[in-house]
This record gives sequence, structure tokens and C-alpha cells, in this order.
Amino acid sequence: MRITQGTFSFLPDLTDEEITKQIQYALDNGWPCSVEFTDDPHPRNTYWEMWGLPMFDLTDAAGVLAEVNACRKAKPEHYIRLNAYNASYGKQTVGLSFIVQRPTDEPGFRLERQEWHDRTIRYTSHPYAADAPHGRRYNGQG
Amino acid sequence: MTGHPMSTNNRPPGPEAPTRIGFGMSRPGHDSAGSDTPDDAEPGPQTLPPDARVDLARERAETGIDEVFTSLDADLVGLVPVKTRIREIAALLLVDRARARFGLSTSRPTLHMCFTGSPGTGKTTVAMRMANMLHRLGYLRRGHLVSVTRDDLVGQYVGHTAPKTREVLKRAMGGLLFIDEAYYLYREDNERDYGQESIEILLQVMENQREDLVVILAGYKDRMDSFFVSNPGMSSRIAHHIDFPDYTLAELEDIGKLMVAAEGYCFTPEAQKTFREYLERRKAQARFANARSVRNAIERARLRHASRLMEMDRPVSKEELTTLAPEDLRGSRVFAEGSAETPST
Repeated sequence: MRITQGTFSFLPDLTDEEITKQIQYALDNGWPCSVEFTDDPHPRNTYWEMWGLPMFDLTDAAGVLAEVNACRKAKPEHYIRLNAYNASYGKQTVGLSFIVQRPTDEPGFRLERQEWHDRTIRYTSHPYAADAPHGRRYNGQG
Repeated sequence: MTGHPMSTNNRPPGPEAPTRIGFGMSRPGHDSAGSDTPDDAEPGPQTLPPDARVDLARERAETGIDEVFTSLDADLVGLVPVKTRIREIAALLLVDRARARFGLSTSRPTLHMCFTGSPGTGKTTVAMRMANMLHRLGYLRRGHLVSVTRDDLVGQYVGHTAPKTREVLKRAMGGLLFIDEAYYLYREDNERDYGQESIEILLQVMENQREDLVVILAGYKDRMDSFFVSNPGMSSRIAHHIDFPDYTLAELEDIGKLMVAAEGYCFTPEAQKTFREYLERRKAQARFANARSVRNAIERARLRHASRLMEMDRPVSKEELTTLAPEDLRGSRVFAEGSAETPST
């Protein structure tokens, strides 16, 4: 099941040229970029691990893309996303966030029903991949 | 995408088929057959037929490079070998552009440079203009200048250097990285110095990401020479070694006039003569730093000019406010005999 989180996630995955253009758009707006990765893409897992520090004072997308590629190389079977932070007063939040890599195989989520008192049913979603321990979740690697 | 035949942009037919819409370039060397080729998406100018003609003069005018040259000639006095080399580089890039119009393969020229010369010969100033020029010629995407020294590249403890250097390189991407006094990066006396690590990362990026940035090393001639002797890899990766000659007396005088005019002052004819005399004397003294010394001399002349006007204790005219007189220059230590052993640069 294809994870849809962040911008562009319903589109076909972006090519590096398209990613470069998006990064350049963020940088032209003065939004510093950062790279994050995770092997637990639950929708409520907001805080992914940081790949290095956020990159301030950049003007050209090549530097950010180099970090994205370094992260892809080190974490070939992780989800990787790129965040651009809009620091302007009144916003001070993520201005753009999109996935730049996903594992080759995404098993998806199962719906779990928990029977509760008075025949109530409580639902939760559980990623199949999360049954494996951290670091062996996607294709035995991610 | 890892060589899987099913990975196309279409929805998979069966429930068992792995669903993965490929990232175009996330794994180099595995181009998805189904993805749109980006080469077709951005066609650029059409390839010209072999019998066509390209007007180089018009190409030149389109880049607006002549403005850069005009201001280069107007603002920078002397530096003939430097200007010649800059024109050569510009010509090469223009011809490469024209060749590309015909679909001829043009390997991207290496433009890493080394500026050597005495203090105050305009290395930094030229580097700034170089960034602008390369941007106009389409060689650099952004054309900004990141000016660093050893402190910005080399860390203080193990493992600190590489991220620091990478950070600087990332900032310089798309522009020009200017490393002032680059010979400090390598310390011969200390083989455990972290400068070596920084040099290695620089070399790697200079080689592999030539399209992303241009590196200019600058420093004094003799020390840069010994730096290159210790780092032959660095020397061979730099295509242009440009030597900045010392200014002649007449050039220094012109520089002084330009600086004075830029500050909104002017010399009286006598002051002009005194200024020439000052330069003669100053040039013979130790630690003469070419244009920088001229700038400092003019700054101090302005100070003396200001205190002279204050002491006059009467209303002053506009002319008096803008005119530097000989006595403003005469006050310099350079003219005082016998006290020449500690000149300020």
C-alpha cells in the first residue's frame, strides 16, 4: 500500500530534476531545507529521524540534493522526506514537505479491532512492517 | 526499481504484483523504462543544421557580458594579464555555447582558479566580478560568492572538519567558493593537522561536482607555490593559475584618484603631486600593500582633512568640504624622516 504523506504523495514519485526544482522553489522563498528518514511511517509518527542538521544559508538546490542522495545511499529501504521550514512571522511552520524515497516494497497497514466493554469496538491501524524489529523492517534492511 | 521488470508507472495488474512507482533517479543506473524522459520534457533551443551560422557578437550581446567587461576596465586599473585571461575564459564559454547550438559535444571546461599576488592587488575584487561574469555566461546557476578562510573549513577536533567543510561547500553550490589565504589549509609542520582532511573533501567536490561550483584559491605567490608542491593533486585540478602583478606607480596613482572620486573628494593639483610623492616614498618602505595601502592613506588624509576643517572655526564651503589639500597628505609619517621603521600598512 502506497503511503501518502506530505505534498505530491498522490502523484507519481518525483524525479531528481523535479525534486531539484521543488528544493529551489523552497530556497528561493528563503525556507531552509532538512532531510528526515524513518522506517515507521505511521500517520501519527510526526517526528522522523533527522539526517544531519537543517541546512541554513543555502542558495542552490545542489547542496540539498547531495544530502538527499547521501541519505538514500545510507538508508536505501527507508522512507525519506524533505522538509522546508517557513520561518516568517505568523507562519513558523513547515512550508513544504514531501517524500523523496520510499522502500521498494510497502506492505501497508492492517486494521485492528479491539473489543471493548458494551460491545464497543475500538479501531487502530498497525503497519505490517512494524512487526519486525527496528532496522529490519523493509526488505530485511530498512 | 532494483532491476524489477514490473516497475512502471502503470497500476499493477494482479494483487500479488509489487506496487512501486519508481523514483526517476533515486538509484543511479536503473532508469525506469516507463518514466518520461526528462530530456524530452525540456527541449531547449533546437539543434541547428550543420550549414547554419551563429552570430557570436549577438550571443555576446545577449549575455550582457560586455557590461561586466566595461565596468572591469573602468573600475580596475592595470591587471592586464588578469583581464586577458578573463576575456579568454569568456570567449571559450561563448564558443562552447555556440558549439552546443550545433549539437557538438562540449565537455564542460574546468574553471577552478588560483589567484596569486602580493597583498592588495585585487584578488578578492576580481573574484567577486568573476562570479558575476560566470553567472552571466550561464556557467554558474546562481553566481553568488562565498568567501572563506581556513577557520571556516577546518574543525577543531576529530570529526569536526568534514561536516564543516561540507557545510561551506553546500553553501557555495551554484556559485563561487573563494578560499582566501588557501595555503593555511596545509600545515607542513603538523602532519595531524585537520587541514589535510579538508583539502581531500575539497578535491573530491572540485572533481565530481564541477558543474555545481567553481573554487578559487587565493594567496601570496611564494606560499601558494609551496602549498601546491605539498598538494600536487590540488595543483593539477586547477586549470587557471593567474598571477596578479604589483601595480606600477602610475597605476597606484590612478587607483588613488578612483578611490578619492568614489568617496566624493578630489585632490588639488598640488595635492596630486604630493600624493605621487607619498606613493613613491611609501612604495619603498616595508609592508607596502598596493591598493590597500592607497586606501588607508586616503582614509587618513580624510581624517586630517576633517580635523583641519574643524580647527578653521568658520563656516566652510562645499569646495572646502570636498577638496583634499597637500597638507592633508603631508601629515603622514611617511614624510617624516627617520620614523620610517614602523610604517602602518
